[in-house]
Amino acid sequence: MSVGLPRLVGARVARREDPRLLTGQGSYVDDHRPARMLYAAFLRSPHAHARIRGLDVSAALALPGVAAVLTGEDIARSSKPVRAASKTPNVKTTSYPPLALGKVRHVGEAVAMVAAESRYVAEDAVERIVVDYEPLPVVRDVESALDPASPVLHDEAETNLLVSREFARGDVDAALAGAAVVVRERFRFHRHTPVCMENRGCLGEYATASGALTLRSSAQCPGLVRDVLADLLDIPEHLIRVIANDVGGGFGAKASLYPEEIATCVMARRLGRPVKWIGDRREDLLATTHAWDEIVDAELGLDQDGAIVGLRAEVTVDVGGYSIYPWTAAIEPVQTISFLPGPYRVPTYRGRTRGVATNKAPLGPYRGVGRPPAVFVIEGLMDRAARRLGLDPTEIRLRNFIRDEDFPYKSPSGVVWDRSSFTESLRRAREALDYKAARDEQARARGAGRWVGIGIASYVELTGIGSAIPVSPGMPVSTGTEAATIRFDPAGKVTAVFGVASHGQGLETTLAQIVADEVGVPIEDVRVVHGDTDASPYGTGTYASRSLVLAGGAAILAGRSVREKMLVIAGHLLEADPADVALADGRYAVRGMPDRSVTVRQIARAAYGGAKQLPKGLEPGLEATRFYDPYYGTASNATHAAMIEIDRATLEVKTLRYVVVEDCGRMVNPLIVDGQVHGGVAQGIGAALLEEIVYDDQGQLLSGTLMDYVVPSACEIPTMEVHHVETPSPVALGGFRGMGEGGTIGAPAAIANAVADALAPLQIEIAELPVTPERLFRLIGKARA
Amino acid sequence: MADLVTVRLKVNGVEHEGRCEPRKLLVDFIREDLALTGTHVGCEHGICGACTILFNGEAARSCIMLAVQAEGAELVTVEGLMRDGKLHPLQEAFREHHGLQCGFCTPGMLMTALDFLRTNPAPSEREIREGISAVLCRCTGYQGIVNAVRAAAPVLAAER
Repeated sequence: MSVGLPRLVGARVARREDPRLLTGQGSYVDDHRPARMLYAAFLRSPHAHARIRGLDVSAALALPGVAAVLTGEDIARSSKPVRAASKTPNVKTTSYPPLALGKVRHVGEAVAMVAAESRYVAEDAVERIVVDYEPLPVVRDVESALDPASPVLHDEAETNLLVSREFARGDVDAALAGAAVVVRERFRFHRHTPVCMENRGCLGEYATASGALTLRSSAQCPGLVRDVLADLLDIPEHLIRVIANDVGGGFGAKASLYPEEIATCVMARRLGRPVKWIGDRREDLLATTHAWDEIVDAELGLDQDGAIVGLRAEVTVDVGGYSIYPWTAAIEPVQTISFLPGPYRVPTYRGRTRGVATNKAPLGPYRGVGRPPAVFVIEGLMDRAARRLGLDPTEIRLRNFIRDEDFPYKSPSGVVWDRSSFTESLRRAREALDYKAARDEQARARGAGRWVGIGIASYVELTGIGSAIPVSPGMPVSTGTEAATIRFDPAGKVTAVFGVASHGQGLETTLAQIVADEVGVPIEDVRVVHGDTDASPYGTGTYASRSLVLAGGAAILAGRSVREKMLVIAGHLLEADPADVALADGRYAVRGMPDRSVTVRQIARAAYGGAKQLPKGLEPGLEATRFYDPYYGTASNATHAAMIEIDRATLEVKTLRYVVVEDCGRMVNPLIVDGQVHGGVAQGIGAALLEEIVYDDQGQLLSGTLMDYVVPSACEIPTMEVHHVETPSPVALGGFRGMGEGGTIGAPAAIANAVADALAPLQIEIAELPVTPERLFRLIGKARA
Repeated sequence: MADLVTVRLKVNGVEHEGRCEPRKLLVDFIREDLALTGTHVGCEHGICGACTILFNGEAARSCIMLAVQAEGAELVTVEGLMRDGKLHPLQEAFREHHGLQCGFCTPGMLMTALDFLRTNPAPSEREIREGISAVLCRCTGYQGIVNAVRAAAPVLAAER
């Protein structure tokens, strides 16, 4: 098909969502204030582990302006408890009550909810609630949680070991016993939290006459929230509408169902008035899902040529106090062992993982899920092996990458990698960095007594996952499909509706690019609607680097369906065989006869203009809804290269250069791809150097403000150089591969390896992230002692 | 509930008078009483900068000020940047250089950058990074923002 309009897919199209967001005309949850709305505030537990012996809300209720107070028992009468079920053996299902029921399991857990005429009054009322807590021994870390003498958080599980799983291929014990070189390490990736700039919030409205519930929420997955609310609250799905228009960042943190969403719905239904809860930053740091918190004991065996013979790993993840819906406590622990072998040929493997409950905030999905720790581990081992064998870090990777002739390659955990550019990405990264010159510069710096290092990290990730594999193991919710509706109006303009939701990724732009190309209209004529379950065909939302692959694929299918009908109508209007009609220069014309053409507008008008305008028997109208399921999903890969310097006085790590060569297949919009990489890398650098959630022995959060939890500012982030390899996905429609998470997957490992490289003269290895100045101080002190 | 007090101030060139509790935060007054929801609340402890406005011409965090402190003041919020229905050159530069993703920090970032470029019309990259470091962005890795501020600097300087 020839297309006369500029091809939009592949172009750096400025974002269509920007004008409203730049002018203060966005539509975030907190921007809405329906008539008679009440403001909510939550009382949160000051204890990490305690029994609730009694709760007195009378003083709160007596405060003028307070409409209602809900407790765990009130909610239990109106909503089922949340249970994140898994079909996988050895994954325990436990209850997560929206408000604590009998027991609190982490500091910050919601205990009671107040609705009042203002947020100020609601917070006054929260202070008047009296709770009689009986403190219980605190389960502070995974070691103590696994001690048989430890208190058990969830009696129904009978153990704190909520998840255990193993992947194995071949006889790894024999392979390691026979290896020329074995490197081993205990890696520790501390607890992290996503910190979306918009705190979580929601606004519930219940129409008492119709029984319809509307929830505006800062959610990544409006469809998923709608489905589960129907079940929990016993309201039919078609009467529930979940809206997530503009959402101020998600990064996985807003992909789960949260207690406050349920409680807000219950409160709105009970009062028949709109109820809004907007979390503050303290609540975000206390009660939004955290990430990682893993200990990984890993061993890598290689032969004398540096070829991997086996990998063995034991992963232990602190999953916190609850198993979150729908992903369960298994998402992080299992993802880590699934992706530990990386982009390498690993002939023998055994990865064991455990998810352990402790009295901390629940762990949830965060940009990269399991892969930032997995890549930190495998890439750290590769560098250790390279040092032992006297190989350059790039050389040892090139010797072990899955080669072009190996694709499709089944990894030891069963993931199948389609054609990817592991080798080319690394070669291109080496060129972009001017690797030899960078090594020379490092040698000169080292000679001058400076600590300069270069770190490489290569990774592969599974994106755009279809229905063959649940996004989280054993999860009963199907996450394998998305749909698009493309609808022309009689004036020839297009509305394209999607079940995915955008929270910064620019899907209103990229999906419009795809739709416009498919049906032959300028992008200005396409409006993308998303994040509204009433408007869209069935879908779940945006997570796991899926939206461009799944929704983009659905857009292609729906676009094709509409275009076929347009060709038929055009043929009728032009008195030509539809097979001879083609789209060219924005018009549908008879092939070879550009004068015989009709406009999109003429076709659209005919589609709605009655029987005389249409071929005999053709159904009127011009729209299509199509679903897309990529079945397995597709690989994305990248190599990151960092050059850093450690300030010898302050031990601050400065990133001098940062190069990314990534392959997300066919790019829809390079401007947006670059932006996603930049943001992901910045989060990865934060994770590597600055950001850490810290609890004390009593389970009290010590990093409860942004003064204590250090999010990088513009001064800590370098200018990044991003390059692209475009290997169209052989398995996903359009050749697209997902790429929203990758930056965060590669960066921690690249930075860690660069820091270790800088300190190689002191024989210091980096096995713990974030590598803060304090940790460096201890490492250097120990090395010199 | 305490007695209400009257606050008179000018926002984006328009006189406003409102009545609120003395404890009401300026940002809540702007968002709720004046219904100007472009200014965002990110942390309520003066770190993230999403709530930054121009207060008598200088960047200030409206989440750690009380509305009563703005009595008689002149404020500019993100809603006041467009001119004749067109984007301000700084807004235009943010769009051109992909200086925003989720858009939540953007109003605070724009107001901070505007104040910064007033005091430093021709900044280096290092100076830009320091200048905008008072606002946290979690999406862009700051690269698009730095590029946008650098591109807008000569345009704004020429207008002075």
